[in-house]
Amino acid sequence: MELFNIFIKSIFIDNMVFAYFLGMCSFLAVSKTVKTSFGLGIAVVFVLAITVPVDFLLTKYVLNEGALTWLGADYATVDLSFLSFIMYIAVIASMVQLVEMIVEKFAPALYSQLGIFLPLIAVNCAILGGSLFMQERAYESLAEATVFGIGSGIGWMLAIVGIAAIREKLRYSNVPAPLRGLGITFIVTGLMGIAFMSFMGIQL
Amino acid sequence: MSDIKEPLFSANNLKLITTPLGASNPITIQVLGICSALAVTAKLEPAIVMGISVTMVTVFSNLILSLLRNTIPSRIRIIVQLVIVAALVIIVDQVLKAFAYEVSKQLSVFVGLIITNCIIMGRIEAFALGNKPWPSVLDGIGNGAGYGMILIIVAFFRELFGSGTLTLPALGAIRVIPEKFYAMGYVNNGFIILPPMALIVVGIIIWVQRSRNTNLIES
Repeated sequence: MELFNIFIKSIFIDNMVFAYFLGMCSFLAVSKTVKTSFGLGIAVVFVLAITVPVDFLLTKYVLNEGALTWLGADYATVDLSFLSFIMYIAVIASMVQLVEMIVEKFAPALYSQLGIFLPLIAVNCAILGGSLFMQERAYESLAEATVFGIGSGIGWMLAIVGIAAIREKLRYSNVPAPLRGLGITFIVTGLMGIAFMSFMGIQL
Repeated sequence: MSDIKEPLFSANNLKLITTPLGASNPITIQVLGICSALAVTAKLEPAIVMGISVTMVTVFSNLILSLLRNTIPSRIRIIVQLVIVAALVIIVDQVLKAFAYEVSKQLSVFVGLIITNCIIMGRIEAFALGNKPWPSVLDGIGNGAGYGMILIIVAFFRELFGSGTLTLPALGAIRVIPEKFYAMGYVNNGFIILPPMALIVVGIIIWVQRSRNTNLIES
């Protein structure tokens, strides 16, 4: 039940886009059509589902204070947590590269769909944000971290597909000239965020 | 060799600082660095600290990468950039933890997210890799300041209307809206503190900026 709670919470309540504004750059740049934003969304879910658990293991067995105890009693007081940023970003960059190669080899159809988006994802704040929130909230088990990663990814995908659908329709409406493009997208995202706030307080 | 004699603050160099404040603002025009920008704007103090931190990182990452620009093979440049930026962000994070612990708690993960802040990577790619160190430093200052400026404007309005106070570093919260107003029935607009309103405030800033400068309107 705890896992399901984390899953729902990370999709709706702690939504990456609406509650923390993570991944806004690609969110605004790629959300012009539903098809491409769906592709990017899938890629984000994919990468988050891999990087968050890997970073979780890294935090638990290497970076945290006392995490190196398995190397011997001498290492029990070593605290490497200040290195977490650089380790996370290295893991993300290499994982993205690895995922790209694996997908290219074993699922060429998926690769041709995701192809252009995968390299972009290494610098998507939602991915690094996923790992940093995982560290801050101190999830206890690998399962929790994995579920959190997948849930945040789905939440992000939901948001980008939603805004893309609205922007497709928005093309036919008469927006005041200075608001066209970026301005109205911001305001619509804000309104969507207000709508998502109605999920707040749901406790499973 | 004319550019060697060019004074440090020539008109061209000054332009590097001033255009990002207005016509090529990183947030409202270039759409860079929104990721970590909006969540820190509910109060003025974290917004100011965030603006300064990002400016420091843009300035030094631009400087270092501009110095290294002829030695980095272009195939591996992204990873080199990430490592340098991550190292700078770790320094900023440790400094904040040491000297401004309260603010660093409020900023939480958003200090770390400066690494993937698109302004930093964007300016390195677009400017520092093709220019001399001094103009790159100025470009870093300009873009950092342009980013900080929007953060401070957004935070000013959100805190003023949301809490009736303005929190400044070293001074603490200053009550701007007098107690008399509350006695007369004035109520803080709690809604504007909530995350989605940051987006709407930025949307309005974009609206104001583009209606004053019609060249910026998107077709």
